[in-house]
Amino acid sequence: MHQPIHELTEAYRRGDLTPTAVAEDYLGRIGALDGKIGAYLTVVREQALTAARESERRWRAGAPRGPVDGVPLALKDVMCTAGVRTTCGSKMLERFVPPYDATTVMKLREAGAVVLGKTNLDEFAMGSSTEHSAFHPTRNPWDLARVPGGSSGGSAAAVAGGLAAGSYGSDTGGSIRQPAAFCGVVGLKPTYGRVSRYGLVALASSLDQIGPFGQDVTDAALLLGAVAGYDRRDSTSIQAPVPDYAAELAKGVAGLTLGMPDEYFPDGMDPEVERAVRQAIEVLKGLGARIERVSLPTTEHSLAAYYVILPAEASSNLARYDGVKYGLRVAGRDLIEMQSKTRAAGFGAEVKRRIMLGTYALSAGYYDAYYGKAQSVRTLVRREFAAAFAKVDLIVAPTTPNVAFKHGEKADPLSMYLNDVFTIPGNLSGIPGVSVPCGFNTNGLPIGLQVLGPPLDEARVLRAAYAYEQATEWRSRRPDLS
Amino acid sequence: MIDRKDVEHVARLTRLALTDAELERMREQLNSILAHLDTLRAVPTEGVEPTSHAVDVVNVMREDDVEPCLPQDSALANAPDPSGELFRVPRIIEE
Repeated sequence: MHQPIHELTEAYRRGDLTPTAVAEDYLGRIGALDGKIGAYLTVVREQALTAARESERRWRAGAPRGPVDGVPLALKDVMCTAGVRTTCGSKMLERFVPPYDATTVMKLREAGAVVLGKTNLDEFAMGSSTEHSAFHPTRNPWDLARVPGGSSGGSAAAVAGGLAAGSYGSDTGGSIRQPAAFCGVVGLKPTYGRVSRYGLVALASSLDQIGPFGQDVTDAALLLGAVAGYDRRDSTSIQAPVPDYAAELAKGVAGLTLGMPDEYFPDGMDPEVERAVRQAIEVLKGLGARIERVSLPTTEHSLAAYYVILPAEASSNLARYDGVKYGLRVAGRDLIEMQSKTRAAGFGAEVKRRIMLGTYALSAGYYDAYYGKAQSVRTLVRREFAAAFAKVDLIVAPTTPNVAFKHGEKADPLSMYLNDVFTIPGNLSGIPGVSVPCGFNTNGLPIGLQVLGPPLDEARVLRAAYAYEQATEWRSRRPDLS
Repeated sequence: MIDRKDVEHVARLTRLALTDAELERMREQLNSILAHLDTLRAVPTEGVEPTSHAVDVVNVMREDDVEPCLPQDSALANAPDPSGELFRVPRIIEE
């Protein structure tokens, strides 16, 4: 078992495997191994088996609903699931049971997917290590002493550890691509607006985007296709047709021009990461791509702009946790005391820090200096990408400056933030990006190659990632969890 | 540099009852983070329009049709202190 989704559904078609047997196998592995990894916050065994049995009937009748019918998937616990608690990794929502499904979840159910459960994350998706869940940390299947990345660390670890055939996360500053790189799986952040955010608990509304984790690029393409598209419930979703992403994969990179940004290979980056990524780019060159240097000079200021914009939006979004409509309440003599005690008890340290930072940046007298300035810098980042994409088809770069670090290693908030320097610009400009495994360091830890493309050009981004993947053997390696 | 009074003011604005130790740690950490954010000042942005959204979407309109919405009991199901058809909160106005 643990074949990629496209092979799994082929086996369903042939009758060699059934969705029920596969769901039972995954649930068995979760029972046996998730105590070590901690990928899940909630496992919905009975619901999964019911969905698997229904899928089995469709496959038997020769009428599956599509490429994810009967496929066992995991969802980051920021996507609302009707009747299944959605915690956001926070004490604030420990007992919150959404009354409706997120659009992504509804689409997956309608497509016949088997949802296994909800995966762990840094509280309210604020973090890069999945150490800051209010419930438990998640461990990297390649080395349990190390973090899986974050904030979608549970979804990445679930796929890497064979605890789900595929999964979904959300990416606000790298929260899909960075854990994909750390866990040796494929992670895709689509164009902002490509996938509906309806029912995705908001972190930073102008940056958040749902995307898939796959065992390989084909799986990522299939999982994107299953959820992409306009949603009238999300007025920021894009009204553009959804191509058949998997159908475009094999077109190759011959004739494409790939840009290598100087700023993504800075002095002091991990030499093993740099070597692996440069070698990967050589492989793409060998496949017929042209490589050209490009410059994205505002890259170095992206992190600072992001850490103004994100906390500002987050502090507004998280104002809704006021102890009134849902979530935790701690008693107080009056409304303000009740709210202040509730929020103090319900939020963890990083969430409090970002709420404070955002409130400060938006407060009277500081708005222009911080928020206004950061938004102008965001414009510069967008313009530089647009100028680069006028010259090159895609951009190739490392996903992260380093490999997975140890639990507890990044205790200083700023050093944690620096993990996302290569992924944040993609969120600020709203463009799609994928992380695909491109090797391992001497300690056997995965390294990720990032491919970025112009808005709505996921097909070409995936096509380059696929060409690279097919020319190499990295995907055949699996972590040893015995 | 922000001082202890600034931190207390922001905590009040955002409704966070922080302990003395938390306020002190917050002051130190916010100053360290703000020192990094202040590097933005070096970026020339005169005449550069701000970007609030990566996608240029304006005024998405829909027909004003009445449609089914979340039933009241579902909306109240997660409330910490529901009262009949209402959310109950502690006293707001002094007697």
